[in-house]
Amino acid sequence: MTRAAERVSSGRPLRARLGRDDIIMRGYMTVIAVYLVVALALPLWAMMSKSFSTYRFDLRLYEFQVSDEAGAFHAPPVTAHELNQRLRIASSADLATNADGRLPATSFFPDFSFRSPVKYRIRGTSDDAVYLVGSDRTSGTQWVELSSNEFRRVMLRPVAGRGLDNYSTYFSTPSLFHSIENSLFIAFVSTVITVTLAFGFAYALSRSCMPLKPVFRLVAVLPILVPSLLPGIALVYLFGNQGMLKELLLGHSIYGPIGIVIGSVFFTFPHAMIIITTALAISDARLYEAAVSLKASKWKTFWTVTIPGARYGLISAAFVVFNLVITDFGLPKVIGGQYNMLAVDIYKQVIGQQNFEMGAVVSVVLLVPALIAFAVDRFVNKRQVALLSARSVPYAPQPSRRFDWLCFGYCALIAVFLVGLVAVCQFAALVKFWPYDLSLSLRNYAFDLMDGGGWDSYYNSIEMALWTAVIGTFVVFTGAYMVEKTKGFDSGRSLFQLLAMLPMAIPGMVLGLAYIFFFNNPSNPLNALYGTMAILVICTVTHFYTVSHLTAVTALKQMDREFESVAASLKQPFYKLLSRVTVPVCLPAVLDISIYLFVNAMTTVSAVVFLYAPTTTLASVAVLNMDDAGDIAPAAAMGMMIFYTNAGARLVHAILSRGVLARTQAWRAR
Amino acid sequence: MHRHEHTAGRSAAGGALAAAARADVPRPVYLRIDGLSKSFGSFQALKDISLTIHDGEFVCFLGPSGCGKTTLLRAIAGLDLQTSGTIEQAGRDISTLPPAERDFGIVFQSYALFPNLTIERNIAFGLENAGRTRVEIATRVAELLELVGLPDQGKKYPAHLSGGQQQRIALARAIATAPGLLLLDEPLSALDARVRVHLRHEIKELQRKLGVTTVMVTHDQEEALSMADRIVVMNHGVIEQVGTPTTIYREPSTLFVADFIGETNQIAARSAGASSLAFADKVLGSVAHGLAEGQPVTAVIRPEDVTPHALGYREGADRRNLCDVTIAEMEFLGSFWRARLAGARLGQGPLVADFSVNAVRRLDLHEGAAMTVELPAERLLAYSRNGADDASG
Ligand SMILES: Nc1ncnc2c1ncn2[C@@H]1O[C@H](COP(=O)(O)OP(=O)(O)OP(=O)(O)O)[C@@H](O)[C@H]1O
Ligand SMILES: [Mg+2]
Repeated sequence: MTRAAERVSSGRPLRARLGRDDIIMRGYMTVIAVYLVVALALPLWAMMSKSFSTYRFDLRLYEFQVSDEAGAFHAPPVTAHELNQRLRIASSADLATNADGRLPATSFFPDFSFRSPVKYRIRGTSDDAVYLVGSDRTSGTQWVELSSNEFRRVMLRPVAGRGLDNYSTYFSTPSLFHSIENSLFIAFVSTVITVTLAFGFAYALSRSCMPLKPVFRLVAVLPILVPSLLPGIALVYLFGNQGMLKELLLGHSIYGPIGIVIGSVFFTFPHAMIIITTALAISDARLYEAAVSLKASKWKTFWTVTIPGARYGLISAAFVVFNLVITDFGLPKVIGGQYNMLAVDIYKQVIGQQNFEMGAVVSVVLLVPALIAFAVDRFVNKRQVALLSARSVPYAPQPSRRFDWLCFGYCALIAVFLVGLVAVCQFAALVKFWPYDLSLSLRNYAFDLMDGGGWDSYYNSIEMALWTAVIGTFVVFTGAYMVEKTKGFDSGRSLFQLLAMLPMAIPGMVLGLAYIFFFNNPSNPLNALYGTMAILVICTVTHFYTVSHLTAVTALKQMDREFESVAASLKQPFYKLLSRVTVPVCLPAVLDISIYLFVNAMTTVSAVVFLYAPTTTLASVAVLNMDDAGDIAPAAAMGMMIFYTNAGARLVHAILSRGVLARTQAWRAR
Repeated sequence: MHRHEHTAGRSAAGGALAAAARADVPRPVYLRIDGLSKSFGSFQALKDISLTIHDGEFVCFLGPSGCGKTTLLRAIAGLDLQTSGTIEQAGRDISTLPPAERDFGIVFQSYALFPNLTIERNIAFGLENAGRTRVEIATRVAELLELVGLPDQGKKYPAHLSGGQQQRIALARAIATAPGLLLLDEPLSALDARVRVHLRHEIKELQRKLGVTTVMVTHDQEEALSMADRIVVMNHGVIEQVGTPTTIYREPSTLFVADFIGETNQIAARSAGASSLAFADKVLGSVAHGLAEGQPVTAVIRPEDVTPHALGYREGADRRNLCDVTIAEMEFLGSFWRARLAGARLGQGPLVADFSVNAVRRLDLHEGAAMTVELPAERLLAYSRNGADDASG
């Protein structure tokens, strides 16, 4: 009966006219989403499709004819397939090859001699047939007549196809698929040990009144500052062929599972400790009071209150550790010896054998456990957050002499282990010739004399880490802002969230390899990035995107939801609000993101090992390469350079945070 | 399809009473909402709302929690787009405009003050980028601080102010750019009772001084009654009644409104003609309700409308509703007495009445005493018990 009534009955919902802010925000969000698609989704897609691309010699495609001594062709033409059936030269498996595969035509003629006057003819039975004559690519169904000497240089080329051949090869090659079992085994054992040790440590920190707690907290996060290969190097010095403590292993070799597990415990310890400490911190003191009033024994309280309260933290820690170990490449590379692990297999297939298709297959295999661990961790994390918001009275421990000293002793042991491995590296880097000449010298720091890129790689690393921190923080924070504060556009926002979570599930090796497939493709317009500093920065930002994104989102969620509404009502653009209010208020989170990105960019090996070029060698990769070349002491020295740089960066971060907070966050104090 | 325009301050029977308010001064329409609906999925939060608000008017949206007040306010601001319907502000169709292109200032329940900016910077936030010089901005900020009564707090941060002070800063920020429309979403609900009463007057004063058209959301009826020129009572996504505070209070058009605002006695009865009601064993005169004879109704009378008389008072008994009762219980509530009266034989349960301290003294009322009360016919309302929306009057 009125316009409004008609509108209701027409049932077409209104659409908001977009304001300038909406358009800018959606546009910007789309740009970052496109960035994530290009830097993550497309490379992964390229890698997936690579794992399904097969190359096979199709012998039915080629036909030969052989002349008599006089050069006259009387014999009937015969296909390579028929020849192969007759002579059994190549089995079906032999015919599977890779993109570079070449099969000499002469292999089908056992009595071939390049000096013979006999002539050969070759032609394709269809246009798909391709072969090389010398370096000339030839195809087609025309007969090509060649002398014996020319025929010697005829190579059949494989046909590209799609299929599961690579996978069937993988699963029928024991040296390859045994790695699955090895990787799962190592990850499982390391997880059990790390989580147990870290739980004890976190428990002591939160439930005892032992002295030196801040020192222990600091020591526990040391491993974050070094590349995962560093503990491997330390273990080589301690237990390797010339190790001081070699006898302790009772004849077992450190090169292999033992070394990998010990090193993995070292580098995953801080991650587990932090998660479990958080979980223990949110336990409710009232439950303990109830337990005490019920006269439950300490032991019973532990099992009925502590463990259930921390269970999500424990599960989450377990999956994080599992994921870190199974995807780590540096450590097993240094100390794994002959013990094959999935991440190292990727490296071996790609760098060692140039078999990119098989590298892609191993990557896909490695994705499976990583994705499962990721999914479980996310699921558990949601629960934990729910617990956190319902938190109540925090628990305050009571002093107890015996218990406190027990805790202290335990933590001291762990601290000795953590500091010890780092100290061994430092010591080894400073002595002349371990273990024969222990006098001190700086000659292991003369990196320019070794393989690996010299001091330049160290400066490159710093440059890369700085770019990663600056660009990464900017991209991540603004991206998180858009996805949190854009109104409407729900489908776009959930797609963005998905893209932002994905990097956490992608192992570094897989990402690096995917980058090769995507960016090193001559037909890709982004090909120019390949081999530059830019691609290293892009790869590293992407690799560590998720945790940074979650940090930013958490900080943004604590902002009043109505700030944007107020700014809009005052006709102020969102970017003014962003720069004047949102960023300053979120400054602690912004600084946290940048130090996280910096430290990880300094230590990462796995993704960038495929992507550096002679002008962009990196310190962490130099550690790997020097170790590979037998220059273990310089490798340790470079590892320690990374450690000091990161420690320095953390210090600067701490000072900056305090200084900046004191100046810009005066409003926090009452 | 039935849809009423809720426009008038002067609804049919409310004329005499509403005349006291200023709603009879004809003012131009400033905001016109027409056929507005809003759905969240399958849930309809607003159902076909139509409403006009006049220039310079102070309107309160009042209703129980979840009735859609905030949703309506946010639709006016453009913060959450309605599913259908139009909104016109100062003659301009703003139905689908983004908030930044509308003309309003807003104060939220949380105040949403920028924590890292000083009070001055908070208030100046909307004044920048509009061609004003620094000096002009500083002058305007000082003026606004003066206006909200916090002249020397400009250098402090929001966290250093009390809740009431923060609220006033939020208000100053919202009116800094002199918007044509001021929107307030429960601006006082985070404050304690004393501050709240004090600020009611301040806001109302300020609004009168500025003459800005204002919409305030509240679920506190006292707040609405004391501040609003007109009240929009909402329930379940529809408007129950629009009117001046006195109209809403004295002539609630639905049982919901009568029940939601103020106190009521509700007694089951039947219609006994156009303006009389049949109770358990007597027939009483009431306002003209126009309901068919025999139809079940809920009779409503407010406690303060029950008029006390000495026992045996019979003056004009043929046309006045007089009942003899005994006082079962009395409770002193400071400025008046609340009594529970037994024996009125109107329905089950006692009749609640409020007597002035004066009357109690004059008639010597005490627990157990017998007395006569009058239920004035013009204060005895009736609402059909079949549908909630058929009204008396
Ligand atoms: N984003 C949303 N999604 C789904 N339902 C919503 C949403 N926002 C509001 N609602 C629902 O719409 C109804 C009206 O909400 P609204 O916030 O307008 O109520 P209100 O009258 O302001 O209540 P209160 O006095 O509690 O603030 C409620 O039932 C609410 O649950
Ligand atoms: Mg509300």
